[in-house]
Parts: sequence; structure tokens; C-alpha cells
Amino acid sequence: MEPYLPLIWAALIGTAVAMYVILDGFDLGIGILFPFVREEEDRDVMMNSVAPFWDGNETWLVLGGGGLWVAFPTAYAVIMPAFYLPVIGMLLALVLRGVSFEFRWVAKPSHLLWDVAFAGGSIVAAFLQGVILGGLLQGVEVVNRQYAGGPFDWLTPFSIFVGLAVVAGYALLGATWLVMRTSGPTQDFGRRAGGLLVVAVLAAMAVVSLWTPLAIERIATRWFSLPNLFYLWPIPLVTVLVGYLVFVWLRRGDDVKPFFGSVVLFLLGYCGLVISTWPYLVPPHLTFWDTAAAPASQLFLLVGTVFLLPLVLGYTAFVYWMFRGKIGPGEGYH
Amino acid sequence: MELDPVMLARIQFAFTISFHIIFPAFTIGLSAFITVLLLLWLRSGEEKFHRLARFWTKIFAVSFAMGVVSGIVLSYQFGTNWSRFSEFTGNVIGPLIGYEVLTAFYLEATFLGILLFGWNRFPPWLVTLAAALVAIGTATSAFWILAANSWMQTPAGHEIRNGIAFPVSWWEIIFNPSFPYRFAHMLNAAYLTTAVVVLAVGARYLLADRHPEESRTMLRMAVGMIALTAPLQLFIGDMHGLNTLKHQPAKVAAMEGHWDGSKPGALVLFGFPDEKARKNHFEIAIPKAGSLILTHSWDGRYQGLTSFPERDWPPVANVFWAFRIMVGIGMLLIGLGFWGMYLWWRGRLFESRSFLWPVSHMWSLGFIAILAGWFVTEQGRQPWLVHGLMRTADGISPVPGASVAGTLVLFVLIYGVVFSMGVYYINRLIHAGPKGEATAAPEGLPNRPLSAAEEAAREATGRPRGTGPGFSLGTKE
Repeated sequence: MEPYLPLIWAALIGTAVAMYVILDGFDLGIGILFPFVREEEDRDVMMNSVAPFWDGNETWLVLGGGGLWVAFPTAYAVIMPAFYLPVIGMLLALVLRGVSFEFRWVAKPSHLLWDVAFAGGSIVAAFLQGVILGGLLQGVEVVNRQYAGGPFDWLTPFSIFVGLAVVAGYALLGATWLVMRTSGPTQDFGRRAGGLLVVAVLAAMAVVSLWTPLAIERIATRWFSLPNLFYLWPIPLVTVLVGYLVFVWLRRGDDVKPFFGSVVLFLLGYCGLVISTWPYLVPPHLTFWDTAAAPASQLFLLVGTVFLLPLVLGYTAFVYWMFRGKIGPGEGYH
Repeated sequence: MELDPVMLARIQFAFTISFHIIFPAFTIGLSAFITVLLLLWLRSGEEKFHRLARFWTKIFAVSFAMGVVSGIVLSYQFGTNWSRFSEFTGNVIGPLIGYEVLTAFYLEATFLGILLFGWNRFPPWLVTLAAALVAIGTATSAFWILAANSWMQTPAGHEIRNGIAFPVSWWEIIFNPSFPYRFAHMLNAAYLTTAVVVLAVGARYLLADRHPEESRTMLRMAVGMIALTAPLQLFIGDMHGLNTLKHQPAKVAAMEGHWDGSKPGALVLFGFPDEKARKNHFEIAIPKAGSLILTHSWDGRYQGLTSFPERDWPPVANVFWAFRIMVGIGMLLIGLGFWGMYLWWRGRLFESRSFLWPVSHMWSLGFIAILAGWFVTEQGRQPWLVHGLMRTADGISPVPGASVAGTLVLFVLIYGVVFSMGVYYINRLIHAGPKGEATAAPEGLPNRPLSAAEEAAREATGRPRGTGPGFSLGTKE
């Protein structure tokens, strides 16, 4: 069992992060799209459509961060100081947008401040998550199992580009969510915005896919050496195909397919990133095995997780099922 | 001026965690209080218990949300501010935090939805059960986080290999020597603090001639609770102190302002500890009383600060003063409990303005005592981060002081705005009071702690429900 523990925990944390990116992705996306919708009533509908889910969604962020500390303490201890400013900036942005969900309704009719906080907080949080991802991909300076770089090492053209790409990606999830869950003006808006965003996201994925192997040799070797190339070439192909389908579904008037197509697009991108960086958790120095907690510690929490995680998943599914269906303009939940 | 990264990291963490602890302390107590109210309602069928439970649930929702938001920040700050500590202790206390998330966080979040929005949808017993599970969840959260904190004060059940702590016995790690005392002390503090808030709110209404029936219930329950928990807190605190003397004697020496261990300790009531002169100025003290309390003998000896090298001293004056604030408030609350019981016995509890007026202003006392108590135990642990194993200066992240200083400013600004708004809404809710219409009130979304508060705030502002075109908690058909 022991040799597999880091693998199991890598899979668990990978799942928590994927859950977070997709679930909080669409509700951050709603915030990102907020400034592009002028009518107050439409903004109300947009916010209503994610209101019951957003704080459950953010719980996955706690599980991801907490899990990283438990299972890979060295990685946690390197990544957090390396990305000190973007991590704290992201947390503060999440605080601001989280309370906006509630304060905005209380403050009405003078709620402009909380509109700004909601949109600004969502955009900043999404952007900084992308920046952290980009910074992690380009590598972190580690000496003696400690972060050894400066406070702004993460700030490069590449990380800024990944930050913008994540903003576009979350916006795509938000737009297709609107198509699926609303009708009327917000749905039309979702369709139009989704069509543009899926093109932007595909372009961004293409740029990242070319930029990373050109800039980072180990990623080039991973993808373009034989026999890897034989196994990996379908991934970009499928990605382009799914992107094309999302675009077509949006044009054709499908409600549900574009959202799930966008989720698949995200998962494909996620797979690509895992292939590029495996087995590193903190590239280019520390692998999953280097940073793993003591087996006794990983096992101790795993025992509880086996019982508790299915409960959590069940609850999440239950909430989504309770609030299924369309939300019309000016309508809340009953 | 060179910014000291250790001090800045400490100030930032102290700021965010002090802000945070206020809300969990209140929600631990409040969820238990709401559960008791609902059980009384189920048993007696009296409507006032129902109205009170609904009223306090709204206040609970706001406090809970602020506790959650400020808590997420902390789970990342262990890494951003204390990365060396995170690596050193990750194997040992990491899993305790993991269990806190999995056992407490999700239990609370799940059943909170039913408690907040299930009033008209589910039978009363289910709502009561949900309240009880939320109360258990908050206490479970306290269990894990205090186990982790206590391990930092009195580490046990581990071994150190290559500069990293490894688990040997989970039982000894969780039930480390100071944990039972600290857990009991904090849990009791939460119940006592909440009782003081309930007492203050009840007194406020009685003085204003509002909600007489509910106020009397609140007053009786709160006075009874304070009369029970305040003396109990003294007893637990005494045992906790003896435990600290055994494991962290330098902390006790600072708390007592006790310098020379070769003589029996005095009970210093007042004074200004001076680390350079190694004595207290303007001291007012009861000779030998300190020894009586700590060793249960007039001539007992216990170590003074001079028994330790100066580099192992905590900041003496801070610990000394914070301890006096905590104990002072504790004594005041014991007196308040007895005074209230006396008035109750004489049948004047609801009339005595000389009692009601001061207590109506005392809602914050418990919170101040809790913060002071945490200052004693956390600053008293200095210069250690993990007592005897890791010094605070060795636990920080390799992050420049300017980064910490800059984000500290942001924390102060943003928390200031967000939390003053939250406290403002709580005050509005209290001003609005328990309402008869509460029985026909909000039906809404589970999983959204603040929306009950929003509804109540709308009541408070006198705005009719559903005026906004927006999300209206299902009040529209």
C-alpha cells in the first residue's frame, strides 16, 4: 500500500482541484461577465443562477489547499511563499466577491459598490489563479527544499498570458452556464459571448501548447519524443473537435450541450497540463514522491476520506438536483 | 527602516486569526443555544421559543458566514506566512486540519441549509436535529483545531527525524497533555460569551419595554447559564494553569509577573513588569498567594522568570496584562451570575434597572476575554512556535517583509469594510428583534448562510419583501 499512497493522494487532490476549477469556474465566470451586461434585471438573473452553489463550490478550494498541506507538506511550504502575493490577492478577491452575493441584495437600490466588488473580485481571483498556474508551470526556484526566489518571480509574460486565458476560460463556463440555466436576454447574451469565448479559449490553449514546449525543454521532450507522440497526438485533435462542437451547439440553439462541452474542454486542458508536468508537483525540482508526507500521515487521513468524501459528493449532487431547471427574469427560487 | 519579517508575519497572522476567532466562538455558543430553544419548543409547544430560535438563527447566519470567509484565508496563511513551520509540522498536525474540514466543515454546511431554510419545508424535529448537528459540527471543528494548537503548546506522540516531525502515536498527538484543558476552557468560554450576549440583548429589550415575554426567557436562560459556566470557567482555568505550570513554566512566570523562583510567589494584582530591571514597578500583591494557587501550599516554590535564560522569555508585560484582563472579566462575570441569581430569587430580575442597564452594555465582555486569553497562551508560548521544538523566528516563510507589510495593509482595509458591514447588519437584526411574523418568514435557498440575514435585514430596514426584482428567497409564488 505504502508506495501507492502518494499516487492516491495526487489523484485525490487532482480531483479536488478539477472539481474546484469547473464548479467555481462557472460562478466566477458569471462575475467576469457582469460588466458586459448593463440591465440590472439581467444581472439579478445571472447572480440568482449561481447563488445556491457558489459557497459549496469554494469549499473545494479549501479541500485542495488543506489536502496539499496534509499530503504534500513540502510542496505546500514551497508554493505558498513562492506565490505569496498572488495567493493573498486571490483570497482577498474571493472574500470581496463572496460577501457581494449577500450584501448586494441588502444594499439595493444603492448596490453599485457591490456590483463592482462582485465583478472585480471575480476577475481578479480568476486572473490570479491563472497567474499562479502559469508561474507553477514555468518553474519555481527551490534550494534545500525551500523557496529560494524573489517576491515577483511569478510575474512573467507567460504567467500573465495564462492568467488572461483562465479569465477567458471561466467566462466561457459562465456563458454556457447562462445558456443552460436561463432564458431570454441573458441566454441570448450567453450564446453570443460563448461563441466569441470558445474561439478565444481555443486560441489561448493553442498558444500555451506551443509556448510551453518551446520555452521548457522537459515539456517538449514529454510531448514530441517517441513513442509518446503516438499516444498523445489525439489530445489536441479531440480538443479542437470539442471546441468546434461547442461553437456549433451554441449556434444551433442547444441549451445544455455547450456547457458540458466546455467542461470537457477544461478537462482536456487539465489532462494536457498533467501530462506536461507529471511527475513534478513543483516543477522543475520536486516530484509528488519528493514532497509526500509521511506514509502514516497520508494513511491516517485517507481512512477518513474514504468514508467522508462520498458523503460530500452526495450532498453536492443533492443541492444541484434540488435547484435544477431554468430561471426566468425577475424570478428567484421557490 | 528595515522591516522585521518575523514580527510582520506575526502581526498579520495575529490580526487575521483574532478577527476570525470572534465568529466561531459566537457560533459555537449560539448553535447550542438555538438547539436548546428548539428542544424546549418541541417539548412545551410554546411559541416564544420558536420565535427566539428563528431570531437567533438569523444572527447566527451572519456570524457563521463571516467565520467561514475569514477561515478560508487562514487555511492558506499557514503556508504563505509560516512555510517552514508547515513543512516541519505537516505530518503531525496537517491531518488534524484535514479531519476538521472533512468532519466539521461539511457537517455544518450541510445541515445549516436545513436550519436556515427548512422551517416551512421540513417537520420541526428535523429542523431541531439539523440545529443539533450544526452545534455538534462547530464543536467538532473546535476539537480538531484545539488539538492542533495544543500540540504546538505541548507536543507529544511524535519523533523528529531530519528536522521534520513524524507521527508515532495519533492518540498522543491528539490528546496531548494540554489539549483536554484547552478544549474545555475554549468550549466553555464560547458558551459563557454567548450567554453574556443573550443577557445583554434581553436586558436591552426589557429596558426599552419591547418583547417582554421573549426577553424574560432570554434573561432567565442567560443568567442561569452564566451562573453555571462562569464559576466553572474559573475551575477549568485553574486546572489549565496547573497544567501550563508543568509544561510551560516560563509562560506561567510571565502571567504571574513572578521573577525570583527561590521565594514563594505572590499574587500580583497590579504592577508594571520591567524586563530590564527584572521586577514589577508599583506592585500591589498578596504575598504567598500565588504559591497557594499554583502549588496549593503557602510556601510552595515554582520557577520564576530568572530561572530561564532571557532568550526563552515570552514578552512579559503583554502576557501579564492580557492575563489580568481575562481573569478580571472572568471574575466580573462570576459576580454578574451571582447577582442575577440573587435578583431572580428575590423576584426582581426583570425590574432592577441597576442590573439591567449595565448588563445591556456588556455584550462584548466575553469576546474581549477570549481574545485576551488567546493572547496569553499564544504570546506566552513565545519565543517558541512549537514549544521546545521550533522557534518562531525559524518557522517563517522566505518572504520579504515588504510583501507581508503590503498585504497586511490590504487585510486591514478589506476586513475593516467587510466586517464592519457585517456587524452593522447584526446590530440592525437585534434592533428589529424577534417578530411575530417570523413564523411566516423566509423560505429560501439552502447552502447560503447569509440569505436569511438578508431577509431579516430587509425586515429591519422596513422594506417590504420582494421589492427588488432580484432573488427574493422564494417569497414570490
